[in-house]
Amino acid sequence: MNVLTHYETPLLQSPFHARTAAANKMHSWGNWGGYASVLTYEDLAMEHAAIRNTASVYDLCPMVKYRITGPDAAAYLNRLTVRNAAKLSVGSVHYTVWCDDAGKLEDDGTLFRLGAHDYRLCCQERHLPWLLDSAFGFDVAVREETEEVAALSLQGPTSAAALSAAGFDVTALKPFRMADFPFGRGRLMISRTGFTGDLGYELWTTPDLALNLWDHIFAAGELLGIRPIGSDALNLARLETGFVITNYDFTPAQQAVREDRARSPFEMGLDWLIDWDKGQFTGRQALLAEKAKGSKWAFVGVEIDGNISAEGAVLYHDRKTEAGVVTGACWSPTLKKSIALAQVERRFLAKGNLWAEIYALRELHYAKLMQRVRVVDRPFFAPDRRRATPPGRF
Amino acid sequence: MTAWDILVIGAGHNGLVAACYLAKAGLKVCVVEKNDWIGGAAVSRELYPGFTYSNCSYVNSLFRPEIMRDLDLPKHGLQILPYEGGALMTEDGGYLGMFRDHDANRREIARHSKRDAEAYDRYARDVLRHCRFIRPMLMRTPPDPASFRPRDLAELAWLGKQMFGLSELAMMDMIRFWTMSIADYLDEYFENPAVKAYQAVGSIIGTALGPMSPGTAYVLLHHAMGDVDGNVGAWGYSRGGMGGVTKALTASLRAAGGEVITGAGVDRVLVKNGRSHGVVLANGDEVIARRVVSNMDVRRTFLKHVEETELPPEFVKRVKGFKTRGSSGKLNIALDGVPNFPALPKGAPNIKGDLHFTGTIEKMERAYDDWKSGHFSADPFQDCMIPTMIDPTMTPPGKHFMSCFVQYAPPKIEGRDWTDADRDAFRDACLNQIEAYAPGFKNLVLHVEVRTPRELEAEVGLTEGNIFQGELTFDQLLFNRPVPGYAQYRTPIRDLYLCGSSTHPGGGVMGAPGRNAAAEILRDMKLPAKDLSDAYPVL
Ligand SMILES: Cc1cc2nc3c(=O)[nH]c(=O)nc-3n(C[C@H](O)[C@H](O)[C@H](O)COP(=O)(O)OP(=O)(O)OC[C@H]3O[C@@H](n4cnc5c(N)ncnc54)[C@H](O)[C@@H]3O)c2cc1C
Repeated sequence: MNVLTHYETPLLQSPFHARTAAANKMHSWGNWGGYASVLTYEDLAMEHAAIRNTASVYDLCPMVKYRITGPDAAAYLNRLTVRNAAKLSVGSVHYTVWCDDAGKLEDDGTLFRLGAHDYRLCCQERHLPWLLDSAFGFDVAVREETEEVAALSLQGPTSAAALSAAGFDVTALKPFRMADFPFGRGRLMISRTGFTGDLGYELWTTPDLALNLWDHIFAAGELLGIRPIGSDALNLARLETGFVITNYDFTPAQQAVREDRARSPFEMGLDWLIDWDKGQFTGRQALLAEKAKGSKWAFVGVEIDGNISAEGAVLYHDRKTEAGVVTGACWSPTLKKSIALAQVERRFLAKGNLWAEIYALRELHYAKLMQRVRVVDRPFFAPDRRRATPPGRF
Repeated sequence: MTAWDILVIGAGHNGLVAACYLAKAGLKVCVVEKNDWIGGAAVSRELYPGFTYSNCSYVNSLFRPEIMRDLDLPKHGLQILPYEGGALMTEDGGYLGMFRDHDANRREIARHSKRDAEAYDRYARDVLRHCRFIRPMLMRTPPDPASFRPRDLAELAWLGKQMFGLSELAMMDMIRFWTMSIADYLDEYFENPAVKAYQAVGSIIGTALGPMSPGTAYVLLHHAMGDVDGNVGAWGYSRGGMGGVTKALTASLRAAGGEVITGAGVDRVLVKNGRSHGVVLANGDEVIARRVVSNMDVRRTFLKHVEETELPPEFVKRVKGFKTRGSSGKLNIALDGVPNFPALPKGAPNIKGDLHFTGTIEKMERAYDDWKSGHFSADPFQDCMIPTMIDPTMTPPGKHFMSCFVQYAPPKIEGRDWTDADRDAFRDACLNQIEAYAPGFKNLVLHVEVRTPRELEAEVGLTEGNIFQGELTFDQLLFNRPVPGYAQYRTPIRDLYLCGSSTHPGGGVMGAPGRNAAAEILRDMKLPAKDLSDAYPVL
């Protein structure tokens, strides 16, 4: 019972650690959900370029995973999440969110239907008590399986070619579909999913096969420009496509100490996920009321004048009245623009005339800028190759 | 003989805080203390050569950082050291560790229950919400709801605003939380007995209630609302022992021109025409002062040192009814080396924090059952610390000081006074329990100071040995502390004030009662409160 020594390894190591550590030339580690996770292996610009130019590999293991099985699995997930999990066909994946009773977001995630009565839910935060409590009255089993799965994200224009070279033919695989392959003494599941908005796949296997998988994929991708990427490069790519991250772009309700910080799907621009016709789901009453009454906040993608990233900037209406806050921002290397995601009070959104106050630190002095902000459609960047089936050669 | 502006009875930390603020305001201040040492329940004495103890209080979190800063305490030697978590040992030889790192803590809890590991987010959110609600109240004088003075109305309105700033659901949760038992509260979040027992620790300390008694959830909050450098809920050691707090306060007081006289117990507060003008010391000396401030608890002050005929009977009745039931004892142990707890992995940092040997809430409640029947607990609950694992100043290198806070110990044994034999039996019950989890422990013991409610009352003056100068139950808080109508540090006797833990916001080494009392005295004297900071805003 006394074998666990967290104090010696306060950060868990993923099944790929032997490889990620060897490749982490800058020794740049961050804490992602209690795992040692690489921020930048070697060079941020090169890693971002790999996502948009060749093939990039990202260690996904720290993502929290739950397995939901049983005859009522679909009904249960319909009750838990806002989207219709029963409509998700076996072998498909969808993006979804779930709320508390007050209709405030707890997390977002991807739901994989592995079988008629077998789903996997991948997300950022931890929810076991909520998932178990929500199961009252349903014939389902909910299990936390984060440490039982080893997963890599393979993203970029040459990712399909790399998989073919590795012996996994994914040419027919459409976005949000999965395929299953024998691998070593076990199996490899490949889903056409990702967090980059580009052509890409996620590879799922068991921890015992992790290092073989890494080696196999890197060997196959050698001539296709494959390289490992850290969270910093991934963050640039997800901003370019406009994806949100729980606790970056909104504070989940179960952690919001300040009650007014929680946000609803409407307020995060995620109400399109809601299936109002599927019957009761957690938060439905509150969300219906909000739909009728209107929401306080909105979540938008914006372009900002100038070339300085607006990380953490306060947004103003008419340069004077505080109207919101930037939750994520970057200079987009792909778009050659300063882009950002922001929470904005709706009443100011309608009026336009938005500005960002940016403090640019230059050799120990701040250049204080007030830059014009324009609300634009997301995704900011959506190349056709992300959807093309079969995927283009490169 | 000099006439003082202010005479403070008792050099506990609250008396010293009040004295410091008043001296800084330019008043001539004298503190008289019955003991030959200062500190009250925040005291460090060397009872075994080379070993400094924290004789009563032993950890710090509550002491208001605003006061540390106003009174320049770090400059006068106060240093607070954070510590690294702790461990609860279970009967089956296992343990549940506590870690400062969120994920290490989650993994540790997951060893006991995967569900509970992930329940922590919601639990922490809810407890923090309650902390945010209570923290702004600590450094404010409670309103008198029965008075219609503009100031009380404004303060009531402020309180109302705090309350109505909450959502309906949060308000209902708040009311439930303030009245329910910690056992019921924890059942709403956790399933594992050890996890629950660990969380319940803060809810019974210093309280003559069991974890299943209503009202104990609030006591948890009282132990969670402090911080170390903004880290809410964290606890730390005062370098050199808890006496470091009162030593720094005394230095600050002297720097401001105030005086402390030890070995000068007060016999009687002088009262003439409903007004106090000084005290008579035990040696018969009279000390004259324009205002008298008592750091003693409310019962000791009014039932022992003020003529009852000077007081309104209703007030006396209420003071007599103020609950000061003692529930705790303490062992201060000089050790020849580090005790070995086989349950803890070698090298684990947990030994640097709080150690407990009570694996379930049920076991805590059984310990409380003994108290109810007039005995100390045969199998007690202990909150043990070895501050010398971190602090190099308290013992010679390689030797250690261990502080063991023990529950439960009643003020009387089956209605009669404690005897020395009772005290020795109490000591043995505690040492035997530690020995069971750390074989060979007793061989390391060089000296033990044992304090039952009898010693706490005799030495510190805590009536019935209640460590908080009065229980922290909802009926004795806010505008009802110590008694309705007298929650604003004033008393039925003009120019006689209270500043000890019997007053709002209560016990613990917090300093807020002393600071708030000083604010009221300055108000009465029409002096500006320029050196008193308001509470840091809760953002
Ligand atoms: C065993 C124990 C452990 C504790 N552990 C902790 C802890 O770890 N952390 C924490 O925050 N709190 C703890 N507490 C509570 C905390 O120590 C007290 O609530 C706090 O110190 C009380 O301070 P005070 O200034 O209000 O009163 P006191 O410290 O009680 O001061 C009153 C002073 O008045 C003096 N006095 C009494 N009668 C007379 C007289 N007739 N004439 C002159 N002087 C007189 C006394 O000697 C004493 O110095 C503990 C208390 C005890 C007893």
